[in-house]
Parts: sequence; C-alpha cells; structure tokens
Amino acid sequence: MKIAVCVKQVPDTWAEKRLRESDRRLDRESADGVLNELDEYAVEEALRLVEAHGGEVTIVSMGPERAAESVRKALSMGADAAIHVSDDGLAGSDALATSLVLARALDGRDFDVVIFGSESTDARMSVVPAMVAERLGWAMLTFAQKVDVDGTTVAIERAGDGETVSVRASMPVVLSVVEKINEPRYPSFKGIMAAKKKPVESLDIASLGLDAAAVGASGAWSEVADFAARPAKAAGTVVTDEGDGGAQVASYLVEQKLI
Amino acid sequence: MGEVLVLVEQAAGTVKKVTTELLTAAAAIGEPVAVWIGPGYTDQAGAVLGSYGAGTVVVADGPGVAEALVAPAAEALAALVAQRSPSAVLVASTADGKEAAGRLAVRTQSGIITDAVEIAADATCTQSVFGGSTVVHSRVTKGTPIITVRPNAVEAMATGGGLPARVDLDVSLSEAGRKATITGRAVAVAGGRPDLAEASIVVSGGRGVGGPEGFGVIEALADSLGAAVGASRAATDAGWYPHQYQVGQTGKTVSPQLYVAAGISGAIQHRAGMQTSKTIVAINKDAEAPIFELADYGVVGDLFSVVPQLTEEVNKRKG
Ligand SMILES: Cc1cc2nc3c(=O)[nH]c(=O)nc-3n(C[C@H](O)[C@H](O)[C@H](O)COP(=O)(O)OP(=O)(O)OC[C@H]3O[C@@H](n4cnc5c(N)ncnc54)[C@H](O)[C@@H]3O)c2cc1C
Ligand SMILES: Nc1ncnc2c1ncn2[C@@H]1O[C@H](COP(=O)(O)O)[C@@H](O)[C@H]1O
Repeated sequence: MKIAVCVKQVPDTWAEKRLRESDRRLDRESADGVLNELDEYAVEEALRLVEAHGGEVTIVSMGPERAAESVRKALSMGADAAIHVSDDGLAGSDALATSLVLARALDGRDFDVVIFGSESTDARMSVVPAMVAERLGWAMLTFAQKVDVDGTTVAIERAGDGETVSVRASMPVVLSVVEKINEPRYPSFKGIMAAKKKPVESLDIASLGLDAAAVGASGAWSEVADFAARPAKAAGTVVTDEGDGGAQVASYLVEQKLI
Repeated sequence: MGEVLVLVEQAAGTVKKVTTELLTAAAAIGEPVAVWIGPGYTDQAGAVLGSYGAGTVVVADGPGVAEALVAPAAEALAALVAQRSPSAVLVASTADGKEAAGRLAVRTQSGIITDAVEIAADATCTQSVFGGSTVVHSRVTKGTPIITVRPNAVEAMATGGGLPARVDLDVSLSEAGRKATITGRAVAVAGGRPDLAEASIVVSGGRGVGGPEGFGVIEALADSLGAAVGASRAATDAGWYPHQYQVGQTGKTVSPQLYVAAGISGAIQHRAGMQTSKTIVAINKDAEAPIFELADYGVVGDLFSVVPQLTEEVNKRKG
C-alpha cells in the first residue's frame, strides 16, 4: 500500500500568533515552527497501516525552507520518503491554492491512500483535505476516529453530531483523521539518525507545471480587509471559597441576568 | 439583493437551530433560499424555514443521496450556484458543513471563508481568530462567496414568514460523489439536554471531577440551568464522559452566553473551543490555573462544594 501523509509546519501551539501589519498575513517568523500536532496523528496512522499491511509512507508538505525541519520530524517518526514543495511564489496561498499544489504533487504517483490531519492549528479551516479529494476526484473519508483496511476497501468510523457514522470506499481514498484515533509515537534516536538519510524530493511551482498566477498571494480567492486585536477583556473577579462560593456565583449570575 | 443559499442542517427531519441562525444572517444580505438535501422534508420543517425568512426551499434528492456522505450537498449546491447565481452560499461550521463548503469552493471556483461570526451587507465577514485574540474582517474576492458560519454566533430572528415555495432538484450524483457510502449509523443518546454546539449555557467538567461519578454534580448543575454538558479532553480520554461532549480544538467549538468550567485547568487546546463564550465562570482549587485568566467570575475552591451549592441556589431561585 502506498500512503501519502500531508503535513504542515505551523507556529508553535503555545506561541502568541499575530498578523503582520504590512500584508495582513500570519507572522510565521516570530515563532518557532513545529509539525502541526494534529498531523502527527495522520503520520502515526499511516505508519500503523503499513506495519499491518505492508507498503511505504511518503510525507508531503508545502511550506518555506524551514518547513524542512517538520518534514524531518515526520520522517524520524518512521516515514520512508518525503516531497517538499517550496517556492517564494507560494507565500500567501489560501486553502484553494494549497489544495491545488498538494493535489498536483500527489497526482499520478499511484498513492492508494492520502491521509490528512483534521485541521491546521494556525488556519483552522479544516477544508484542505476535502478540496484535495475534490480535485483528485477520489473518495473522501473525513474526520475518521477509526480506520480499517481490507484489501482495497477502506472503512472508517466518523464521529458526527450526536451519531457515529460508518463509511466505506474503495482505494484510492483521501482520509482525514481526528486525534482520538491513536497516540503518536515519539521519534527514537535511531529514527532521528535514519531520517537524515531519507530521500526528500524538492518541488517548486515550475516543476509542478503550475501557473504562478494561480497560487500565492496573487492567486488568493479571498482577502483580509483589516484586523484588530480583540479589545482586552476587563479582568474578571476571582474569589476564594469560604463556604459560600456557590452562592456568590449565583449572585453574580443574577446580577448579569443570566439566571 | 440576490439570493443567498443556505444549506439546511437537520436531525430526523427537525431543522437545527444553527440553520435558523444562518437564515437570519442570509436575510440581512439577500433573499434566503433554503436547500434541503435528501428525503424527509415536511411542511412542518418548511414552516420553520419560512418563519426565519426562507421564501423558497429547494428539496434536492435523487438515487443514492441518502447513502452518500456529504458529497450530495456539495453537488446540489454547485448545481444551484450555476442555475440561480446566488450572491453567497452559507453553510454551518460543522464537520459536514466544512467538507461540503470545501468541495463546493473547488467545484464552483469560488473563494471561501470559514468560521464567520458576523456577515455584513456586502458579504464582508468577521472572524475571531487565534483563540479569540484577533478580530479579522475578510471577504471573498473571486467567484460566489462561500461562507461557513459558526453556530451560536448570529442570533436567529423570526420574520413571521409563511411556508416557503418548494422547488425540487433532481440530483444525479457524479461517479466521484458516489464513492463513499454510509454503511451504518449509531445514534448517541442525547439524554434530553440541549445540543452542545447550540446551547446557550454550557457546564463543563474536567480532570478535577475525579471520575465518571463526579460528572453527577456537573449534570445536576447543567439541568438546573437548562444547559448542555461539556468535558475537557482529559475527562473524555479517561472515559469519564463520552467523546462527543469534548470541548476544544479537537472537540466542539462552543460560544454560549454562559460557560461554566469546573475542574478544568484551561489548556490552550481547551480554550480554543470556548474562548469566545460571552460570560465565563471558572471553579478550580488551584488559584494559578490558566482558566482564571479568561474567567469573568472565578471561584478558587473545591468544585464538590461550590457546584452543588450553586445548583441549590439556582433551583431555589426557580422556585
Ligand atoms: C492535539 C491535541 C488536541 C487537544 N484537544 C483538546 C480539546 O479539544 N479539548 C480539551 O479540553 N483538551 C484538548 N487537549 C488537551 C489539553 O492539552 C489538556 O490536556 C486538557 O484540556 C486538560 O484537561 P483538564 O483541564 O480537565 O485537566 P488538567 O489540566 O489535569 O486540569 C484539571 C484541573 O482541575 C483542578 N481540580 C482538581 N480537583 C479539583 C476539585 N476537587 N475542585 C476544583 N478543581 C479541581 C486542578 O486544579 C486542575 O487545574 C488537546 C491536546 C492535544 C495535544
Ligand atoms: N501547506 C500544507 N502542506 C501540507 N499539508 C497541508 C498544508 N496545509 C494544510 N495541510 C493539510 O490539511 C489539513 C487541514 O488543514 P486546514 O484546512 O488548513 O485546517 C492539515 O492537517 C494538513 O494535513
């Protein structure tokens, strides 16, 4: 089974995120870049699938030079090879452009399964997987909390609103997984050393045969008109319970007309 | 003003509250047209759609629609965008909604904005990003604006409209759209409480409740307030409360009038799902817990004495 996992480098989860005044884009330089933590579950699931059924795992990422560190991290978990799409002309790409680039990088390589994380912790759109599936014309199984492969059939359990839905499709399929699915492994020392020698194919706009006007800031389908820091909330009241804490909350709620 | 398509979310034939919110948002920027996918449309559902401003309902159905996952919604909406040239398409920011919206954006070559909390007359959207620290105004610059709207962000307002005119759309699913088929559904018992994403009050418990029994005091408070129950990931991972009630980055995003966090430390991933709640009350025995940074009102104390006392006070006031 040939599996691709799409991973994104994002600002460290705990870092304060800001938009730049100049171009109203996320300031990525000011924070450390890390592998999107939700994509670790996608890498883990791919590794488990090839451990059980055989095959190989390829990491696919679009991002600037420094995203190579996150690609290495995914390789050090145990993936076999990687494709890194990097080009200054890709800066400012929105979800539509990102999905165009990823779909082009994935297409024609005989992948049976492409796995995504459920969302990137910076953009939080959760739409790139669906867009890639739509572009490839493949079956799509999103938000999986359990994946089973039987021959060329992939079956998932998907947590919906108030119900769990079982869905099935034949390969090739696009999957996105939620964090309940597994516990990602930590890279071992051996894994970290081995990752340094694993092949990483570098691609750019030209080698993918894409029109430069269709991606990056010039190809964006939406724009940020303006932004502002949310007005600081007035500091709240904190009391220590002296036996009447519950009653105090009740009075507060009455004051606020909430009860 | 043009038409604005609204993808209806329903459970067993009943229109969800989020759809009434979307209709209200649509009415402010154009003429709302509700889009119902699959079987099960009734006059009862139509009356609800009409009373929130839908003048027209398109019922989109066809072979395989009920068995296919999400794809029919995207395909029906794409057909309607071509037929009716709406000025925007509104979809709820839910798992299904986001998938439908993403596919639709590719199909119709249109820009997309997710998690809008407000939509202005010119379709400029307000978004609350980075855990609520930044407010952004953004707009689609190409194609038909496709906007996913966060539940509970827009207040639904009844317009008093009557039954909408019904238009039927025959959906013949594409080959790609038929590929993923639903083979089973296990409905989680709702337990008679309001839906978590839609509730106006949410009471959540975390690791501090100590075990599944500990959720008894959380549920009792929720019931006294008519609230939904939520949980932190620590509590759902431990199996103390079912996963579908998890609030946070990888659980539900909630934005109620009142959010009560008991025994929850306030990790960044939890905050991502509740930070935009209008009023936040925290109960935690650790005065240093980060949840207090967000709280409008906090009590440093043991939740097992504070929460039951609060429940009693609320019940007393109800008489
Ligand atoms: C990829 C990823 C996704 C995640 N997604 C989510 C998510 O969607 N939602 C989520 O919630 N978390 C999520 N997390 C987990 C998150 O990082 C925290 O681990 C989790 O929120 C902690 O839950 P908690 O606050 O209940 O537990 P803890 O952090 O252990 O806090 C328990 C609190 O209870 C207090 N307490 C204990 N006993 C009492 C008592 N008797 N009375 C009063 N207070 C008491 C303690 O002082 C403490 O502050 C995610 C993590 C990762 C890595
Ligand atoms: N630049 C990128 N490179 C590779 N994968 C990406 C990229 N952006 C998003 N993804 C994938 O798409 C998922 C959802 O991202 P998003 O729609 O931005 O929330 C992520 O978890 C990744 O798996």
